[in-house]
Amino acid sequence: MSADTNGQPRIGVYVCHCGTNIAATVDVEAVAEYAAGLPGVTVSKTYKYMCSDPGQELIKEDILANQLDRVIVAACSPSLHEATFRRATAAGGINPYYFHMVSIRELDSWVHTDIVEATAKAKDLIRAAIHRVRFHKPLERARVNVNPAVMVVGGGIAGIHAALTLANAGKKVYLVEREPSIGGHMAQFDKTFPTLDCAACILTPKMTEVGQHPNITLWTMAEVDKVDGYVGNYQVTVRHKPRFIIEEACVGCMECIEVCVFRRGKTPDEFNLGLNMRKPVYIPFPQAVPQVVVIDQDACIEFRTGRCKKTCVEVCAERNAIDFTQTETFDTVEVGAIVVATGFKTFDPRRTPSYGYGVYPNVYTAMEIERLVNASGPTEGHVTLRDGRTPETVGIVHCVGSRDVNTNEHCSRVCCMYSLKLAHLVKEKTGAEIYNFYIDIRAPGKGMEEFYNRVAEEGVHFIRGKVADVYPEAGNTGRVVLQAEDTLLGRVRKIPVDMVVLATGLEAQADADEVRRTFNITCGGGGFFMERHPKLAPVSTFTDGIFLAGCCQGPKDIPDTVAQAGAAAAEALALVDKGFVEMEPNTAYVVTEECSGCKTCIPLCPYTAISRVDGKAYINPVLCKGCGTCVAACPSGSIRQNLFEDEEIYEEILGVLANA
Amino acid sequence: MDKPAAPATADGWEPKIVAFFCNWCTYLAADLAGTSRMKYAPNTRVIRVMCSGRVDPQFVLEALAHGADGVLIGGCHPGDCHYQSGNYKALRRFRLLKRMLLAFGIEDERVRLEWISAAEADKLRDVVNEMVAQVKALGPARLGTPPEDWAVGLEEEADEEVEGVTV
Repeated sequence: MSADTNGQPRIGVYVCHCGTNIAATVDVEAVAEYAAGLPGVTVSKTYKYMCSDPGQELIKEDILANQLDRVIVAACSPSLHEATFRRATAAGGINPYYFHMVSIRELDSWVHTDIVEATAKAKDLIRAAIHRVRFHKPLERARVNVNPAVMVVGGGIAGIHAALTLANAGKKVYLVEREPSIGGHMAQFDKTFPTLDCAACILTPKMTEVGQHPNITLWTMAEVDKVDGYVGNYQVTVRHKPRFIIEEACVGCMECIEVCVFRRGKTPDEFNLGLNMRKPVYIPFPQAVPQVVVIDQDACIEFRTGRCKKTCVEVCAERNAIDFTQTETFDTVEVGAIVVATGFKTFDPRRTPSYGYGVYPNVYTAMEIERLVNASGPTEGHVTLRDGRTPETVGIVHCVGSRDVNTNEHCSRVCCMYSLKLAHLVKEKTGAEIYNFYIDIRAPGKGMEEFYNRVAEEGVHFIRGKVADVYPEAGNTGRVVLQAEDTLLGRVRKIPVDMVVLATGLEAQADADEVRRTFNITCGGGGFFMERHPKLAPVSTFTDGIFLAGCCQGPKDIPDTVAQAGAAAAEALALVDKGFVEMEPNTAYVVTEECSGCKTCIPLCPYTAISRVDGKAYINPVLCKGCGTCVAACPSGSIRQNLFEDEEIYEEILGVLANA
Repeated sequence: MDKPAAPATADGWEPKIVAFFCNWCTYLAADLAGTSRMKYAPNTRVIRVMCSGRVDPQFVLEALAHGADGVLIGGCHPGDCHYQSGNYKALRRFRLLKRMLLAFGIEDERVRLEWISAAEADKLRDVVNEMVAQVKALGPARLGTPPEDWAVGLEEEADEEVEGVTV
């Protein structure tokens, strides 16, 4: 069916009630009636839910019965249902781009209270659409082939799970991790709540599988430097930091660590949060993948003086895996989709000085306790104070850097449960009296409430109150006093303890802002990456082909992280497995006869899509992403943009102002 | 044209502000304001463009010439443009345009360019409310209705000029 461009268009206008979401604030009947009287409108109706099957059917039937050639739906945001109604329009037999969507919910009924004003606004917005649609043209979506490889950024449990899922589906995966080993925070945990299974026992097999998987290229000590291209065809440049070890040659025998001229470690061990010292040549932790040592440039004598005996090189002998001359290198790979799983950082409790972290030696973070209770940790699983004594009383302070307007407003979601876990483990190992100072115990999810009850029955104490102060007990006992208002008893409690555990919250990575720019995605509240839709597109981003997994999107526990990583892998798989993507046809094009060849547009294009062919501008439709910057700049008006033609926008301006 | 000052309120005039929001940041902020049920002044009429770089200064002039009392352009923060640099181009054009508008006596508050990210629904609300209040204080722009006598004598003058010029 062709558009009747000579005479009046035949427009169908549909105003959605969205239950009462719109209808309670916008007089939808009055709006439809008003639209019916505007030139070109053939049909104007309201319907309870336009996005429902009968709603879509209504559009289809009306197109056929009334020879409609333009369709307008005034409903929610186009980001939700534009695609739905384009499909319904196409189902009626006309080009889907004869459809235009008007948001009268997010932009109107949900943000205004006055019915008269909201209704007037809805009328203006629909009038603009009626003005605009007469200039709509039939458009086709171009197909672009998709590179089947996927990049996963971040090798924590989220990245590991996403990478394995994709690799097991037969896709080539590049897993990029900036630390010397994959494993992330989970590798540092001792047990996992609520089941108390050992983190290493469940994580190590997955890490090994990543290391050995024929479809996974694992790059540790590597970071994504630059992302070019577009959905289905990203070119990612990865920067490899020097490890000073030839990965392929190193067999992980660790003899070099043994013979290092440093007889004892002098550098705080990052994996154990500085609770012990490591040598300049080290392996991050026993189960590290890859099982390859790394040399710390800042600590190594050879790098500092150039006069080391290099016993490490000697012992490595013919394997010859040590290479002090390594420098940064770069790799550029082509992938169709990217899963961003860059994780979180824990809150630095020095930012709340009243808890005395870094001042009193026996105030620890929860992560430090994780390492203390771990059999392969710095104390081989013995929970001891810094002076070697075993604590008899332990206070766990909840919500450190969470649910606090001075630090982070959000609930970090995992601290209640890991505090219970640590309470259980510390009690089991030391028999200490344990006091939990909490605001609310948040134990939603499978097995969590049961775990809370279990720990409570084990005799762990719970005091409902936020700790206000931590100070040393009088009389040089080495203990500190936790002071809090017990909101259940209604009085201030002062409890002296040997050890304080700060249940620090989860925050966005310090460089989340740079990472977000690299991948052209958005940060939401608290610096966590923003998903496309909080409910219906939780792993997608606003950039097609880039997906989110794990705590980079927001605090979550391991089961949720794994579930989300699986979802991100599935979304990426759905994209690359299909083999092609259809591009939104909002590209710019040149009306060659009108182009003066002035070249104004050429340097404006961020994608170098514009070139000069025979003295005139030419826009490569594959490279053009449809921003429209060149359109706005063209002095002769000879560059146009599909879906955002000058006429269409001018008509929208006239349309919204026709009553002004 | 008949003038049922819209949106109509009890005491008559309400400013009408045409807003050009980019698809990736400010339009999404407006969506977020909606889903968060924030309340703000109902005076804006949003026209969605893919990028603030698509906003031709002519759009702003056209809106003012047809009765808009203010124009708000919303784009991604510097460095955050979905298209890398469209917002910088918007900024350059905006600066030039502002110089001209100010020379024409169009008050500074009437035309604004704001960086509002997809997460900044509260900023969107505050900017709209502030702008509506400012424009309300200024009164109608009245650019859409030139005074009856604005062109009286112009043609004669123009003719005289032309006669005086030797081509």
